[in-house]
Amino acid sequence: MQSVSMFSVKKIRADFPILQKKVNRQQLIFLDSTSTSQKPKQVLQAINEYYENYNANPHRSLYKLCEKATELYENAHEDAAKFIGAHGKAEIVFVRNTNEAINLVMYSWAMNNLKAGDEILLTLMEHHANIVPWQFLQKFGVKLKFVKLDDSGTLDMDDFEQQLTKEVKLVSLTHCSNVLGTINDVEKLSKLAHDNGSLFLVDAAQSVPHMTVDVKKIDCDFLAFSGHKMLGPMNIGVLYGKSEILGKMEPFMRGSDMIKEVKLTESSWNDLPWKFEAGTPNVEGAVGLSAAIDYLTKIGMEEIQKHEGRLTEYALEKLSTVDGITIYGPQNGIKRGGIISFNLKGIHSHDVAQILDDFGIAIRSGHHCAMPLMKYLGIQSAARASFYLYTTKDEIDALANGLQKVNQVFK
Amino acid sequence: MSLDLYGENILEHFKNPVNRGILENADATAFEVNPLCGDELGVRIKVNNGYIVDARFFGTGCAISQAAVDILLEQIKSRSVQDAAVLDKDKFLKTLGIELSALRLRCALLGFKALKIAALKILSQR
Repeated sequence: MQSVSMFSVKKIRADFPILQKKVNRQQLIFLDSTSTSQKPKQVLQAINEYYENYNANPHRSLYKLCEKATELYENAHEDAAKFIGAHGKAEIVFVRNTNEAINLVMYSWAMNNLKAGDEILLTLMEHHANIVPWQFLQKFGVKLKFVKLDDSGTLDMDDFEQQLTKEVKLVSLTHCSNVLGTINDVEKLSKLAHDNGSLFLVDAAQSVPHMTVDVKKIDCDFLAFSGHKMLGPMNIGVLYGKSEILGKMEPFMRGSDMIKEVKLTESSWNDLPWKFEAGTPNVEGAVGLSAAIDYLTKIGMEEIQKHEGRLTEYALEKLSTVDGITIYGPQNGIKRGGIISFNLKGIHSHDVAQILDDFGIAIRSGHHCAMPLMKYLGIQSAARASFYLYTTKDEIDALANGLQKVNQVFK
Repeated sequence: MSLDLYGENILEHFKNPVNRGILENADATAFEVNPLCGDELGVRIKVNNGYIVDARFFGTGCAISQAAVDILLEQIKSRSVQDAAVLDKDKFLKTLGIELSALRLRCALLGFKALKIAALKILSQR
């Protein structure tokens, strides 16, 4: 769909009921969209409308409601396919979230295709969701390797190429780091992986919500993302997989709706993507995701990325003036996502976040589900501010002021 | 308001902890990790005749977890290991004099849990 609207943060904000609320008697300043995004009324209304008018269990019956519920559920797959440039719904498996999508690949693909001595190449900037599932394979003799980062927090490409040995059967890495904001050149990495005969999985939880992502251009074999980080509801996520690979894979969860025929002691599997979607599906999530995709598409992913780029540049400059601050991740004009992790000297990130909350400012603190990265950076935890299409410059100013106040409390 | 959390008492214990350090020749050591932030706190105790004669903590953490454990160890010194093992959570929290949200409770109780484990280790040795 063509982007039709002029980008207006003011207009966008009016669509988000929660952004009009007060927290601690202060106007909410939400700077934690990397954890989860807020939802526009268009998404909330779509979910409501589904329950008020069409609620039924899809793929089950022939009455009108079921027909409509089925249509909505299947169309949501098509919408997601279109949004990331996939061929169609056969390549779009609905899961609960990115974490589950990666588990699906681990259980259905890796468990059946890898053997002792095979290797999986990850990086030091991965979220736990792209580390812990793979660790399970170690007991079968599969080895995990991690690509190092350089000082700016980008991937060390020499190390990547060195570690990409013949034993590596899968390269699995994040498109955009949820801590450093680093954007990895997935097209280039995908080519290197394929030249080596390895499959390539992209954790796109932080990229699909914020930029145009095209699975054909990346030429990835798998790509995973979550609906709730892109204005949709929680508990709906997507695993994209090339249909020729998904087609050969074993099912993940087994039971109803994922079958073609069931006999007492054997069953055959449904077509893609339903083979991977056992049990009553999350129709409300699918409907909400569709509405979110529609909302983002109308505004335009390029516009959103430009807006976040401007904010990030401004925030990096503004925050660098805060006393005692250390900012992690790429700086000096290197392209990065709207995610800024930092620490104030002598103050724990929890305390930073807690005091900012008094001013209505919501940021994340802790290890960001990236404990190995924290260790690599030599820190226990960090504070993190992140931006989305509804974030304003004023909010970044408020953050900078808030941080000075945190400094005063601990002076 | 959470600014009340950072009163003089808490900040003083955070900035100038009395019981921070590595206790040599400890009789028991225990760690606790807060999965929310990855903070690791260790508590070491030295015991004589069933009484805690010295206790120290080590590791990093937020102002709440560090101050809370410092205050806790102050309270527990020269009390019996048995006392430490059955220490009442709510009573201890009351002595901190601050109101904590469910998430921050984990911070305040990080050292508390480590101390209990250390005490139980001693008791189970007997």
